[in-house]
Amino acid sequence: MSQTIALSHDIHRDDEGSKIGMWLFIFTELLLFAGLFIVYGVYRYLNPVAFHLAAEELSVTVGTVNTIILLGSSACMAMASSAIRMRNKGMTMLMLATTLFIAFMFLVNKYFEWEGKFHHGLFPGSEDLLKLGQGDTLFYGLYFFMTGLHALHIIVGFILITIVSVRVNNNTLTADNPVLLDNAGLYWHLVDLIWIFLFPLFYLIA
Amino acid sequence: MSNHISETTTHVSFREEKGRYKGIFAWIFSTDHKRIGLLYLYAIVTFFLVGVSLGAAMKLELIAPGKTIMNPEAYNAIFTLHGVIMIFLVVVPGLPAVFGNFFLPIMIGAKDVAFPKLNLLSWWVYMVGAVIALSALFMGGGPPDTGWTFYAPYSFKTNTNMLPAVIGAFVLGFSSILTGINFIVTIHRLRAPGMTWFRLPLFPWTLYGTAWIQILATPIVGITLLMIVGERLFHIGFFDPALGGDPILYQHLFWIYSHPAVYIMILPAMGAISEIIPTFANKSIFGYKAIVISTLAIAFVGYFVWGHHMFTSGMSGTALYTFSFLTFLVAIPSAIKVFNWVGTLHKASIQLEPPFFWAASFLFVFMIGGLSGLALGALATNVHLHDTAFVVAHFHFIVFGGVGFAFMGAIHYWFPKIWGRMYNTKVATRGWIMFFIGFTTLYLPMFFLGIDGMPRRYYDYVDRFHGPNIISTIGSWVMIAGLIIILVNLIRGAKKGPKATKNPWGGKTLEWEVDSPPTLENFEEIPVIKRSPYDYR
Repeated sequence: MSQTIALSHDIHRDDEGSKIGMWLFIFTELLLFAGLFIVYGVYRYLNPVAFHLAAEELSVTVGTVNTIILLGSSACMAMASSAIRMRNKGMTMLMLATTLFIAFMFLVNKYFEWEGKFHHGLFPGSEDLLKLGQGDTLFYGLYFFMTGLHALHIIVGFILITIVSVRVNNNTLTADNPVLLDNAGLYWHLVDLIWIFLFPLFYLIA
Repeated sequence: MSNHISETTTHVSFREEKGRYKGIFAWIFSTDHKRIGLLYLYAIVTFFLVGVSLGAAMKLELIAPGKTIMNPEAYNAIFTLHGVIMIFLVVVPGLPAVFGNFFLPIMIGAKDVAFPKLNLLSWWVYMVGAVIALSALFMGGGPPDTGWTFYAPYSFKTNTNMLPAVIGAFVLGFSSILTGINFIVTIHRLRAPGMTWFRLPLFPWTLYGTAWIQILATPIVGITLLMIVGERLFHIGFFDPALGGDPILYQHLFWIYSHPAVYIMILPAMGAISEIIPTFANKSIFGYKAIVISTLAIAFVGYFVWGHHMFTSGMSGTALYTFSFLTFLVAIPSAIKVFNWVGTLHKASIQLEPPFFWAASFLFVFMIGGLSGLALGALATNVHLHDTAFVVAHFHFIVFGGVGFAFMGAIHYWFPKIWGRMYNTKVATRGWIMFFIGFTTLYLPMFFLGIDGMPRRYYDYVDRFHGPNIISTIGSWVMIAGLIIILVNLIRGAKKGPKATKNPWGGKTLEWEVDSPPTLENFEEIPVIKRSPYDYR
């Protein structure tokens, strides 16, 4: 232990430390959403019937498809981490590109889903939603806020993976220093994990 | 004074080191933890002076009943800005960002923090957050007037510039989180060989506890502030009773962060005091492990007491009793620390120097602040004292008296190390006396006003409160006079003071073994630690 510490002083690089830092950051992200989960829990408890009916309006099919493709992208990201260690640049690039493509597909899906809701007047501040009552207002408020914040995380992850891809492509990120790729992967799995919570909360518990 | 004589070496201090950039860019793009610490110091002191001016304006308004110098709207805006600036820009970053950045790596025997670039980013995020928050002053609609707590539903009903203030606070939270992550990883990974956990000095220990609170609590206020933003922009209805939301829920979410934030402020202050007292007592700290464990206990129990801000907001009886009980519980580890500091001073040969005066007066004001906190933590008295001047006096004794005095003590203690020069200790002592007298004259009368029923946040009061308010306002002038003396003395010392030796106070922690000011890399060779940090006698 003390030897690795001494080593990290000399070369100014500490992969283990970077990983710890990333895990701590992921922890804060989970807590960020935890605040919303509390709000969701409180309002679901107060408006059980309205939340039940509102949840039935969401398409389980679209939600399931999005869950599957997001899980797929996480698998690709994990394979990219392995591929870079095997010094297989082509495979790493392919896996990163697939991840990016799938992330993009997720956002396209989300766009159409949101557009449908807007079309039916189910968005915060709309007149139609106010007519439905307070439970529905809160449900859709939470739905847009939480999936919106999640989509924002997808975009951040998208940018992060793009940066990683550029660095893999120009050989500044290789098997000798894969920690940036690993950390981007950890972030991507976090985004995936949050969706795994959002999916049942909004689509399945109906 | 110690016998160490300043060595004339060829070492270049971090202040003179030539980097990639020149002039001001050599500072604002520097990843050296010491320069970043000083960047924070200059920013924080600037914001502090703005906050002090606002506070002085409030006290001036309160010197007589009725309108004195400002109308009620201006008063609302000023107490809000005073709170936002002092809490989010000054005391929350406060000691960790300034002295933590500067001294944490040196005290654990490292050359820098774990993520130097992230450290610089934290400072930039802090500055961006500060600019966003302060831009609320200059845009149409007028400065925010909700109080620093941004309570719902007023925070989304008022027509003033809430958005910049709330978004600014959100961004500042990010800076706080990044600093926290950096410090935790630094303490875990970069301790010098031989520095076991129980050989870690107490200031790093408190930074460690603080960093955990920063990581665990700040995201909650982040999301809460985002919800306020959503509420204002999209009328989502989370906290709007008209749409089914619950304003009390906002208070819960807000205080889940903002009570632990009080410990973000006070823990590093306690750490600094735990460094100053053994040095000036020339004696090893009494009950090192008790201080460490009580630090962690405060960080832990501090999470579960947020409800005591809401005793009159509407909670179940069980919740009231539980929060009140836990509030009493969290006082115990703080009391243990006070006991340890006093125990350290027992039968010690004390050097009477300015840092020690600040530390000793810290004990005094911290005890008053802490014990008055118990009066507020008890359910029956709380109902009487809630939202009165008593509360204002209590938290100024803790936050300004506690954190402010510790900050002053820390800057007088580490001054020779940071600037390599010494200030005039006689003038510093005079400044401290004036500041201390002014401080107590300013805030003590507010306890009595509060018990008598004077509410906080009012620009006006009935005639029978006149006397104590005059005393309090005069106290604010004395305190500011003391502050000016202190600042002028320190600035003069930094520029023209006599050269300081390596170890002018006879401290035993690692920062006293490096040059004053330290070199860029702090240590020629990473030291090997073979003793406790306080082996005086």
